[in-house]
Amino acid sequence: MNLTAIAAIYRFEMGRTFRTIAQSIISPVLSTALYFIVFGTAIGSRIEQVEGVSYGAFIVPGLIMLTVLTQSLSNASFGIYFPKFIGTIYELLSAPASFLEITAGYVLAAATKALAIGLIILGTAFFFVDLTIAHPVWMLAFLVLTCLSFSLFGFIIGIWAQNFEQLQLIPLLAVTPLVFLGGAFYSITMLPPAWQTISLFNPVVYLISGFRWSFFGLADVALGWSVLAICGFTMACIAVIAWIFRTGWRLRS
Amino acid sequence: MTSPILSIDRLTKTYGSGFKALNGVSLDIRDGEILALLGPNGAGKTTLISTICGIVQPTSGRVTVAGHDTVRDYKAARRLIGLVPQEIALEPFEKVITTVRFSRGLFGKPRDDAFIEKILRQLSLWDKRDARVRELSGGMKRRVLIAKALSHEPRVLFLDEPTAGVDVELRRDMWQVVEQLKADGVTIILTTHYLEEAEAIADRVGVINKGEILLIEETQALMKRMGQKEMRIELTEPVSEVPGVLSGYGLRLEAGGCRVVYTYDRQAERTGIGRLLRDMQDADLHVSDVETRQSSLEEIFVGLVAEDAGEARP
Repeated sequence: MNLTAIAAIYRFEMGRTFRTIAQSIISPVLSTALYFIVFGTAIGSRIEQVEGVSYGAFIVPGLIMLTVLTQSLSNASFGIYFPKFIGTIYELLSAPASFLEITAGYVLAAATKALAIGLIILGTAFFFVDLTIAHPVWMLAFLVLTCLSFSLFGFIIGIWAQNFEQLQLIPLLAVTPLVFLGGAFYSITMLPPAWQTISLFNPVVYLISGFRWSFFGLADVALGWSVLAICGFTMACIAVIAWIFRTGWRLRS
Repeated sequence: MTSPILSIDRLTKTYGSGFKALNGVSLDIRDGEILALLGPNGAGKTTLISTICGIVQPTSGRVTVAGHDTVRDYKAARRLIGLVPQEIALEPFEKVITTVRFSRGLFGKPRDDAFIEKILRQLSLWDKRDARVRELSGGMKRRVLIAKALSHEPRVLFLDEPTAGVDVELRRDMWQVVEQLKADGVTIILTTHYLEEAEAIADRVGVINKGEILLIEETQALMKRMGQKEMRIELTEPVSEVPGVLSGYGLRLEAGGCRVVYTYDRQAERTGIGRLLRDMQDADLHVSDVETRQSSLEEIFVGLVAEDAGEARP
């Protein structure tokens, strides 16, 4: 195992984060604070409670998930797309490093940054709402797994993308709507029955539901399904990346 | 002969489009030598290097580096290889030293600041170590690429057109760097368009065209074997044609009849120079100056490629 290579990629990617610390941290924290103000305070004053939890607190897990998903995707996809774009990918391809080692370096760095931002937002939330975390270990496990799995997904997008438009395409056209429709700001039990059924096909519902359960003990779907969904998604992403490196798809000619 | 550091055995590469970039290349490279690969655009030089380094997947054939197969035992093989690509590809916002340290780590070597300093000093980059890559000149960027390729102490270094698009002064600088690396025991394979470059620094020259090695030979031996010399004889007065008594020499008239050019084989037992000069005197041709020049590798190379194209024609 070339652990030195993993560490080198990780340090290099984290270096990029620290170089752009302001845009890395301030911007997601600011946009989350705006969500709290608009959804939590303005709309929350009309909704008050969802299943016994104040609306302001209820949206916290969804807001964290929204940011963590977006950050994981954009960090990891940019991390591997940029070397492709500027041509430095040659070095990765000619290095004595396996697909697992290269992926680990990029994905761990992207996930670390997303996790840090998720925790900062959680910290910020305490300033806006009264919040208790019922199952902190589960909460952290869900957060870490989400960061990892969506960083893996982002890594695939970064390899797939052949230009900057494609790099933005999936996060904008697929992930953001899935998160918004995945119960980030409401419980899917608030929807008409037909829409509830349709929502069950949205994988993000399982993530947000499980994550929200770790805060309030409330879930839209059974906890087991949430755990299964996130583990299944992680495995699927790893399998796709292994295939990419074996065949050289979009990497080696 | 000691076993080669790099051994290429019947390597082929056919791209998805059906283009056959490598057509059964076999080549052994000796430890510590400088091999120059010459060939026109699209000859397969870069594909050959990329296939050895793992950037392009071979269609068939085998490559070993110090006995390690580049596919089955790729980690051990790649640790021994450094690659300087043709295009300048660098992270623009990184510091020089960070990007060089990154390369060393990526190739599995523990951090060694003293070694990185040695390389940067050798390449005259030490003063620029904290500069961002984008602030550097083109020549400096190329040096950074070399520093990255050397950061993990490779035994074999590939330089893909290291002096393409650089000025003459920098080219000579680069040659000095290559000489220094050779002195340090690094085996160097470089591709180039500049035949002058191969002639000046390579121990052996390989000519590649259409994915096949046409020739591989010691540079000096090649020059001797294929090198013809020309003697240019300036006349005091122009002549309209070569006098009949000199017809056996195959002379050529140039510069409006002021110059006679005689081509001869330097290796031949009798070059015929003395007899020609005597015969010219007898023919009343007065010589004002004499100059000899050896045909360059370029002429040899152009001849070989043209020969290859001629054979391919039905």
